Amino acid sequence: MSNNEEIATKAITLSMGPQHPSTHGVLHLLLDIKGEKILRANPDIGYLHRGTEKIAENLLYHQFVPYTDRLDYMCAMSNNLAYVLAVEKLLGIEITERAKYIRVIAAELSRISGHLLCIGAWALDLGAMTVLLYAFREREMALDLFEMLCGARMTHNYLRVGGVRYDILPSFKGKCLEFVNLLPQRINDYEQLLTENRVWLKRNKGVGAISAEDAINLGLSGPNLRGAGVKWDIRKDEPYLVYDRLDFDVPTGESGDCYDRYTVRIEEMRQAAKIIKQALEQIPDGRPCVDLPDVVPPPRMEIETNMEALIHHFKLVSHGFKVPKGDAYASVESPKGELGFYIVSDGSERPFRLKIRAPSFVNLQAIDPLCRKGYLADVIAVISSLDPVFGEADK
Amino acid sequence: MGIVDNSLEGVVQFTTLEDIINVTGKTVATIAKATKMDTVVDGVVSWGRRSALWPMTFGLACCAIEMIAAGCARYDTDRLGIIFRPSPRQSDVMVVAGTMTKKIAPAVKRLYDQMAEPRWVIALGGCASAGGPYNTYSVVQGTDLVVPVDVYIPGCPPRPDALLYGFLQLQEKIRREMPSVFARYERNRV
Amino acid sequence: MTIGPDSVLVKYVKNRFGPSILDTIIFRDEVTHLIKRESLAGICGFLKTDPLLQFNFLSDIAGVDYYPQQPRFEVVYHLYSIPKKHRLRLKVKVEEDEVIPSVTSIWKGADWAEREAYDMFGIVFEGHPNLKRIYMPEDWDGYPLRKDYPLKGYKDRYNPYGEERK
Repeated sequence: MSNNEEIATKAITLSMGPQHPSTHGVLHLLLDIKGEKILRANPDIGYLHRGTEKIAENLLYHQFVPYTDRLDYMCAMSNNLAYVLAVEKLLGIEITERAKYIRVIAAELSRISGHLLCIGAWALDLGAMTVLLYAFREREMALDLFEMLCGARMTHNYLRVGGVRYDILPSFKGKCLEFVNLLPQRINDYEQLLTENRVWLKRNKGVGAISAEDAINLGLSGPNLRGAGVKWDIRKDEPYLVYDRLDFDVPTGESGDCYDRYTVRIEEMRQAAKIIKQALEQIPDGRPCVDLPDVVPPPRMEIETNMEALIHHFKLVSHGFKVPKGDAYASVESPKGELGFYIVSDGSERPFRLKIRAPSFVNLQAIDPLCRKGYLADVIAVISSLDPVFGEADK
Repeated sequence: MGIVDNSLEGVVQFTTLEDIINVTGKTVATIAKATKMDTVVDGVVSWGRRSALWPMTFGLACCAIEMIAAGCARYDTDRLGIIFRPSPRQSDVMVVAGTMTKKIAPAVKRLYDQMAEPRWVIALGGCASAGGPYNTYSVVQGTDLVVPVDVYIPGCPPRPDALLYGFLQLQEKIRREMPSVFARYERNRV
Repeated sequence: MTIGPDSVLVKYVKNRFGPSILDTIIFRDEVTHLIKRESLAGICGFLKTDPLLQFNFLSDIAGVDYYPQQPRFEVVYHLYSIPKKHRLRLKVKVEEDEVIPSVTSIWKGADWAEREAYDMFGIVFEGHPNLKRIYMPEDWDGYPLRKDYPLKGYKDRYNPYGEERK
């Protein structure tokens, strides 16, 4: 046998998932591979399709809020926020200043908890288990703060149409400040473990690169788009709530590879901590809900003491509120990207049609172009760097 | 049965069978005299089974995140001998964490079939127990329609403490199992 | 920032494509053009490349079922321009047995969104490279988000509470 005779390798199809420890849920990938090279990656999703949009058509507007928690369950507050913003846009109501600040704090806390899980799971998939344990230590702190806000760890149901469900506790401010002051040091710890780590660099740098033009064309958003160097953040470009009054940077990458997506997420956590700190300083006094009896039920104490309030509460809970005819789309910068709710209203108490623009769903389209020509082991890094959540991608 | 079991509880490290016998404080002969040999064996076997419950890493939805949280820093299931394994071949218990859809149900059944006996199933959360908030066209209304379930944990999602409690309940259930009776039954059946 | 009838999104687009635009609605600062099905591809191509509009980002494609109205379906396109930072919504009415041109050649990101609309409503996009079901299994019967499909689905071994199939 001569030396330059090539060893023949046949192309085969490898099925990865839906039960695979590093597919972040129930992703099923059909990989056409030749040796270790990926020829084509064909994602098969829908293993967590729960029919959320159909459920929305059968529920009152306020009853649907808990279902939004279960979309992107890693950072439920952002989903709450996008939904209530869409309903408020349809209703045409403006919420109180205090509620806006509380919402910003809640949304940014959930961004931190989402990114922590993303970085931790990513490191775990690439063999650095310590980071996951550290990240969960801080995530538990963030979840404790959520418990102080609303009593739930993951599925909050905290934001409501017209404001937030409860005012923040007096002790919350101090605890929250403590957390955001501690977080940057802890992020330094992760960076010490990962950023300059040779293995981490080898596995991520230059892997799964995408150009800015392709990323926009594919509809990528959030850290995945910013990693490719496109400075687009809905918080800056179409400010909602009070983001225009807060000072923060939008980090971007250059080459659009996995490593850039990692650095963008790390920096975004720092910026989120900065935003929370400012919001805690600026938060004004006032009501946590607007004074609109049609939409917002009376305070709990009144329900227990006042007959009219009780009747009013009952009417609102059982019949809901009517929303003007028309359609509206509201989007927020969720940790995964542009999360939008498009609601078509026929003037009744239930949405006629509700469409969720789930960032994970759109981002997952990029798996094939990112994995092509790469190696089998890189698929893991690419999936982790896209950070899909299947509750949201499959709806 | 009580004496044998109580003496086998706890954190003592056993290395050999002789060790086990010594720790029980009695020799095999005396135990065998006092009780039936089967009971001793049952106690040892079920102690072994329940003290190293290895669950399979299989997250379906939201509850999986709480399952990971249970395995991580604060709740730390490792201290109870509960160590997550990525393969069904290596695991004893399947935690069905989250909403099971009709599309994934055949895969869950297959994973269950791939696990070696003895195997147990925990249904974590409302969706896995009975469909939860999702009574829709695409969701399986309870894990028990696909595989037999040993422990149901309610909650949406249940806190990690609830999952730990579920594991303890499963341990309690395994403690009461009598492998020798089961083995005899199986033998007679064939 | 409010959008009036003089906005570039309204006036400029209307001047260019007057006869193809059946209706224009401004509601809650959002511009919606209801356009003819045949002119969809032409308008989308123009919106993406025109220097004043530059809609280079396709946010989403949504199907809506107006059963029993005629025409039955509506396909809604949400466009965004990253350089110009404005949004536009296009709507196209489709009958149940009609096909609609695919926009995958204009925005690659339309691929999965169109597959989703096909999966959920049975709307067929002509020229789509790979029009298959995306969420439901390949052998699924029916289109779940249609108004005449029951929320609980039909009775089978996984859902004893579903409705009886007629």
